[in-house]
Amino acid sequence: MSASLATWILVAQRLAIALLTLVIVSFAVFFATEMLPGDVAQILLGQAATPEAVAGLREAMGLDEPALLRFLGWMRGLVSGDFGTSYVNDMPVAELIGDRLINSLRLAGVTTAVSVPVSLVLGIGAAMWRGSFFDRTVSILTISVISVPEFMVATLAVLIFAVWLGWLPALSYGADTGSLAAMLKAYAMPVISLSFVISAQMIRMTRAAVIETINTPYVEMALLKGAGRVRMVLVHALPNALGPIANAVALSLSYLVGGVIIVETIFNYPGVAKLMVDAVATRDLPLIQSCAMIFCVSYLTLITLADLMAILSNPRLRR
Amino acid sequence: MKAVSRPSRSGDPATPPRRAGYSFNWVGRIGLGVILFWGLVAIFGPALAPYPPGEIVDWDYFSPMSADYWLGTDYLGRDMFSRILMGARYTVGIALVAVTLACTGGVVLGMVAAVIGGWFDMILSRLLDAFNGIPSLLFGLVAVAAVGSSIPVLVLTLAAIYLPGSYRFARALAVNINTMDFVTVARARGEGTPYLIAREIFPNILGPVLADLGLRFVFIVLVLSGLSFLGLGVQPPNADWGALVRENIEGLSLGAPAVIFPSITIATLTISVNMFIDNLPTKIRDRS
Repeated sequence: MSASLATWILVAQRLAIALLTLVIVSFAVFFATEMLPGDVAQILLGQAATPEAVAGLREAMGLDEPALLRFLGWMRGLVSGDFGTSYVNDMPVAELIGDRLINSLRLAGVTTAVSVPVSLVLGIGAAMWRGSFFDRTVSILTISVISVPEFMVATLAVLIFAVWLGWLPALSYGADTGSLAAMLKAYAMPVISLSFVISAQMIRMTRAAVIETINTPYVEMALLKGAGRVRMVLVHALPNALGPIANAVALSLSYLVGGVIIVETIFNYPGVAKLMVDAVATRDLPLIQSCAMIFCVSYLTLITLADLMAILSNPRLRR
Repeated sequence: MKAVSRPSRSGDPATPPRRAGYSFNWVGRIGLGVILFWGLVAIFGPALAPYPPGEIVDWDYFSPMSADYWLGTDYLGRDMFSRILMGARYTVGIALVAVTLACTGGVVLGMVAAVIGGWFDMILSRLLDAFNGIPSLLFGLVAVAAVGSSIPVLVLTLAAIYLPGSYRFARALAVNINTMDFVTVARARGEGTPYLIAREIFPNILGPVLADLGLRFVFIVLVLSGLSFLGLGVQPPNADWGALVRENIEGLSLGAPAVIFPSITIATLTISVNMFIDNLPTKIRDRS
């Protein structure tokens, strides 16, 4: 099972690419927000400001330095944990983000804990009984969820669970988490909506990964030998499909990044995504940049993780 | 690799006569029908609208479906049916222009990279892969936050988001075609790069590229609706379908048709494109 040198070279290569990508991405994030038409100092001080005041603020904020220098300074700050100061309320960005990040991570964590087991069971089941009524139902449902926008899944979930059935509150107010029951209720809607979005991808990819393994000669051999369908999939096919499945799970979890933006907004959930959408409305650049970097880093981490799983689980690279 | 099977397949006993493999099954036809329907609505819809889409016609807001207002009215009492007809023009129009830009750019760059190869290919691939490392909705948020929302900005942003994926897809196909004998022969004949790209490679990747274009169209509709839903897409008083959902989200707790129907129209468009692409005639899909 021990990985060979070739594998480690591939892993190192992949990590280097991820690092390079991160640099390019931060470059893009920084300069996209720098392209803002109009002068930041002018916007902050309003129309009535004198040219001297604007020039003074520009100097104080370091805006008169070349963009590349500011980029390097910004990067240095990010690495050392200094995210800058919000334009709008003059608070350190790190402080604004702190609690929000924990909230978002909690939402993502609960969603992962709910959706991964469910998706694996449904995906493997659909592959096991391929072509059956169950498989087709799962297929149609997942395709439908994938091809509608995230906000529609959330809207439908509210309509069904909060309006028609009246089981859950439609909005999740962060403050209302006194008792365990209240907290569960407050989390339920965002988690359900997000789980739907993530699971649909995961189920499809898991099913595809297992079916690919089922189509190999050695699994066919197991079938010819007289193994039942369940035994054929669970004992013969599944061990070799684990790598692709892990890859699929990590890849699907990267959809959390997009989904969380919509879901937090709809349910008014106090997370990083909501913070960022609000920051976009007020054009609070340091805050937007930091939030964007948080999302890009998590996205890149998950994608890289998916690739690493694929590399490490490839038996052709083992010696 | 199924290679490029040139016309002479009449001898194949497994193929039934008469353009076999080029006909659509019924699921694909339904998909195509719905796509064409929305295409026509996008063109002629505003002319068919019973009321001016921006005008308040009913004192009652979030009114239910009725003979006067087929799909009810919105949060200001504007006719939903007219607004959805108008929204079709924004959603379908913006997505169509954006996907055309993204795929044209991606496919051309992809073919050039595949034919030229070397440093050009490597740098371009690395760079565009890096852009794939930015989640699409986030890219949209940051870009729109930076430049402000207008329709040209939306189109360019959406095109930029999906260009790298299209590039990667077309490049992978073109690299395969590029190693085939007929391309080698053309090269040996002394044909230049533009000829190779336009006459030898492009016709052979066209089928899969069109299927890919359809899928990207769906993604673009979804991201556009998402951006509009966040209030960063099409700006009031105009509204695409995503913005219509956003405007009327308050009506959700009332179960108002004003919030349900725009959601349904988005779903019919995206699902029917998926149905159409999934059921493309095998000959078109499997060209490469």
